[in-house]
Amino acid sequence: MNITQLLFWILTVIAIGSALMIVTSKNPVYSVLGLIVTFFAISGHYILMNAQFLAIVNIIVYAGAIMVLFLFVIMLMNLSRATETLKNKWLQIVGAIAGSCLFLVLVAALKNTEIKKNLVEMGTGDIGLVKSLGRELFTTFVIPFEISSVLFLSAMIGSVVIGKKE
Amino acid sequence: MYLLAIDWFFILEKLALIFVIIMLSMGVAMYATYGERKVAAFIQDRIGPNRAGPFGLFQPLADGGKLFFKEEIIPLASSKFLFILGPLLAMVTALLTSAVIPWGSSMTIGNRQVPLQVADVNIGILYVFGVVSLGVYGIMLGGWASNNKFSLLAAIRGASQMVSYELAMGLSLIAVLMLTGSLQMSVIVGEQYNSVWNIVYQPLGFIIFFICALAETNRTPFDLPEAENELNFGYHQEYSSMKLGFYLFAEYINMFISGVIMATLYFGGYDIPFVNEAHLAQRIGENWVALLTFLMLMAKALFFVFVFMWIRWTIPRFRFDQLMHLGWKRLIPLALANMILTAVVILWLKK
Repeated sequence: MNITQLLFWILTVIAIGSALMIVTSKNPVYSVLGLIVTFFAISGHYILMNAQFLAIVNIIVYAGAIMVLFLFVIMLMNLSRATETLKNKWLQIVGAIAGSCLFLVLVAALKNTEIKKNLVEMGTGDIGLVKSLGRELFTTFVIPFEISSVLFLSAMIGSVVIGKKE
Repeated sequence: MYLLAIDWFFILEKLALIFVIIMLSMGVAMYATYGERKVAAFIQDRIGPNRAGPFGLFQPLADGGKLFFKEEIIPLASSKFLFILGPLLAMVTALLTSAVIPWGSSMTIGNRQVPLQVADVNIGILYVFGVVSLGVYGIMLGGWASNNKFSLLAAIRGASQMVSYELAMGLSLIAVLMLTGSLQMSVIVGEQYNSVWNIVYQPLGFIIFFICALAETNRTPFDLPEAENELNFGYHQEYSSMKLGFYLFAEYINMFISGVIMATLYFGGYDIPFVNEAHLAQRIGENWVALLTFLMLMAKALFFVFVFMWIRWTIPRFRFDQLMHLGWKRLIPLALANMILTAVVILWLKK
């Protein structure tokens, strides 16, 4: 087995294991920590695909900012005590079926893609590097890029408006 | 030597470099505690530590020994795993940053060209930024896991302060990145190596970055997470023994690393001012020049560490609303203006 393939499998195990931890742990703080570990594992996958920019932005934005806000909410509202679990049996069954359906759809969609053939792309392909990504964003995809920036701005203004209403 | 399709010399070289850099950061942090007390003593017209060894030079060793041998207390009501994870994360994130810093010009050992940088990644400065944004977790988890109101309050203060000042820091960095046109640390240094230092073009950006660095490392006047007259001792109140030591140690390592980063981004990195390194290398050999450039970087970084200490013992602490006011209403608009001005000037000169 190649070393990069070994890394791929290790990262996969970490990602899936910590993702399971998010769902199964009783304490929400451990769930948040599990989510952070998952982000790191996924960033590792990005680096294996030579998408360094995506990897680091994933860490900065999700692990570094959004998860901090999650932790804030959990700590301030004192949600650390294990809350009542869902008792309704029918809801649990429906949830399991819906989740499996989504999983099935994802597997079916990804089954025939070419991703399957090359799990790892070391040192080849520079689309994930900053320069080429920036050029693509500001030439080919400039309109979607600008539209999403307007979306962000409106979200920011919205949060300010909601925060001011007292 | 190739085994398993891996160049083992490469791995050995990097391992040695990592070992040296981590030992160096630890050593500097250790003697920074001594330096802090000596600077404080000098500013307050005292003598400072002078009992252990000549000039009190063994004081850090004595302090470290004391911390190691103290009783280790884990509060009963704390969540034990997170309580231990807190100082661990603080230490790890403090040390991680050093990986992308170019510590000197490259050496030649045998036939190998050995760059004094662990990883010259394409995203260099963003990596630093990512690690800095993770530094919050050490404080937050430690403060929360202690199950103490004061620790929690201090942790929340610390986290909100770090998150707010990260923004202004990032914005002031963008101006530097526009000047060099690359995120790679070696390119940022190389550009300054060949022309002028960035501080000439970016004095305002540097001041903003410096203030944010003070806030990120929780140093006075922004040391609100450990404001002892409001919060007893701060987020590490329940910690004892070496776990407390790790928190305090992480602060000094952060201080040293942020000094190195300021030197790298704004003051030419390992560049020796007014000296042509290429000429020097012909006269005394490449390896000696690498050593000299490394010492130059250390001198610059230690100067910033000294300024941090100087500020700590001269300026009183901010109030929390003043801190937020400064961060959000002063520094961010200023950094934005600096960024736009830089962009306009660059565009104008290129036309």
